[in-house]
Amino acid sequence: MHRIFEERKLSRANMRTTYLSFKLLVVLTLGLFVHPFTSFAQEGDSESEEAFNATDMIMHHISDAHSWHFFGSGEDAAVLPLPVILYTDDGLVSFMSSEFHHDVEAKHVVEKDGKRFVNYHEKIYQLNEGEETVEFNAEHYPANAERPLDLSITKNVAAMFLTVIVMLVFFFSLAKHHKKNEKAPRGLNNALESLVLFVRDDIAIPQIGEKKYMKFMPFLLTVFFFIWITNLLGLLPGAANVTGNISVTVSLGMFTLILIVVNGNRDYWKHIFWMPGIPTFVKPILAVVEVLGLIIKPVALMIRLFANITAGHIIILSLLGLIFILEHVGVAGISVPFAFFIMILELLVAFLQAFIFTMLSALFIGMAVQEHEHH
Amino acid sequence: MDLIKPEIGLFVWQTVVLLILLFVLAKFAWRPILGSIRKREESINEALDSAKKARLEMENLQADNEKLLQEAREERDAILKEARQIKEKMISDASEEADNKANAIIEKAQESIRTEKKAALAEIKAQVANLSIEIAEKVVKKELDNKQKQMELVDNMLNDVKLN
Repeated sequence: MHRIFEERKLSRANMRTTYLSFKLLVVLTLGLFVHPFTSFAQEGDSESEEAFNATDMIMHHISDAHSWHFFGSGEDAAVLPLPVILYTDDGLVSFMSSEFHHDVEAKHVVEKDGKRFVNYHEKIYQLNEGEETVEFNAEHYPANAERPLDLSITKNVAAMFLTVIVMLVFFFSLAKHHKKNEKAPRGLNNALESLVLFVRDDIAIPQIGEKKYMKFMPFLLTVFFFIWITNLLGLLPGAANVTGNISVTVSLGMFTLILIVVNGNRDYWKHIFWMPGIPTFVKPILAVVEVLGLIIKPVALMIRLFANITAGHIIILSLLGLIFILEHVGVAGISVPFAFFIMILELLVAFLQAFIFTMLSALFIGMAVQEHEHH
Repeated sequence: MDLIKPEIGLFVWQTVVLLILLFVLAKFAWRPILGSIRKREESINEALDSAKKARLEMENLQADNEKLLQEAREERDAILKEARQIKEKMISDASEEADNKANAIIEKAQESIRTEKKAALAEIKAQVANLSIEIAEKVVKKELDNKQKQMELVDNMLNDVKLN
């Protein structure tokens, strides 16, 4: 099975490296998105009681997981096992996710260093001392197990690494060009450079100002390209939904918040805690509002990105899921063009969300570092 | 719902990955890229400025040339005008002088003609007088070659005196 998977992985890698036209990419994306449904359908045939559940399917696709599932199901599934790293009371425990044997129902117990672990809906539980199997309480939560701190390289973390690799390759190549000669680059480097200039001239300078923008350029560029590339990679078949995960966006939003808090000048804080130019009794009320605003700004950022990306994935999956809910292949005639349309829209959204996140981060930072003119 | 509940593990990974990415890219990519872009922009601006300056200089030069040309033209015109005046003056001076000279020559000629004429007349008078005397002498000689005739003459003369 692993050999087959390796071959598949290789062929996929080859596909990535060869230049695919945009159209082919989209068709392929839609085609491979259908894969999980076919597997569900086959399963449905053999085990008639297990009906197609659209919610489960969609949640499976947009949630994080401990292994990278590409297609197929059961033992035939093409799955990339990823390392599970757990920080238990007795230190780090690590093993490959393949040791769960695709089990997510807490049935297969993995024993490591005298501790027992199960995977229950992609959450790792550590069984309490002496317990052999998981028992569930009335709310369907494991009753005799605790969750250790899970630092696993999950599907999302692996996808994140992929983005990092892509970014390093792209921008080291651009930097290499710039170190060598002074002329404008060609091809991909030229496209990347114009995007760098876009971030500088249309985001950083107008929002933060000519004087101080340079300090924040590394953050804005990194975040812009990280979100954009991750969004685009997330649209590939079998890819992870990284920027549509709240943990990721919370982290991104925290960066913006920290930059605002660290770089906010005296004027900015004065306007938050003791707003000048208004009656004294209003000042404390406004301070509360302003402090709330300070926190809500990055929270809005993280929710916007998460919701937009996740919503896009859900719409595509739902449209294709209709085929299996209505159990008629004719529905595909409507669903697939709709999903295709949404897919193209998602390409735009991928850029748009990266732009909006960077733009608003720059705007908030700009507000914090702005030099006020006193009248 | 699981969907909106952040997972600490993923959060930690995202933070660590982004921090590392931020520092690595800032040091090895963003700084050189932005620096080089700025340098290029500056050089482009400089090139544009110098081109503008060169054009201005060119325009100035052209204006100078035009001015010089204009001046030269004016100078030429002035010189020509002066030359014409000089020529005219020379011509008029020359003709005046020539007139004067001619008049003087004519006057001199007339003068000499007058003196020559006087001299000639005087000479003619003298010649005529001499000739008259010679003729008178010859006539007298011929008339008074005998005694009778001499006496007659004396008588005549004496008669004349008597008449007086």
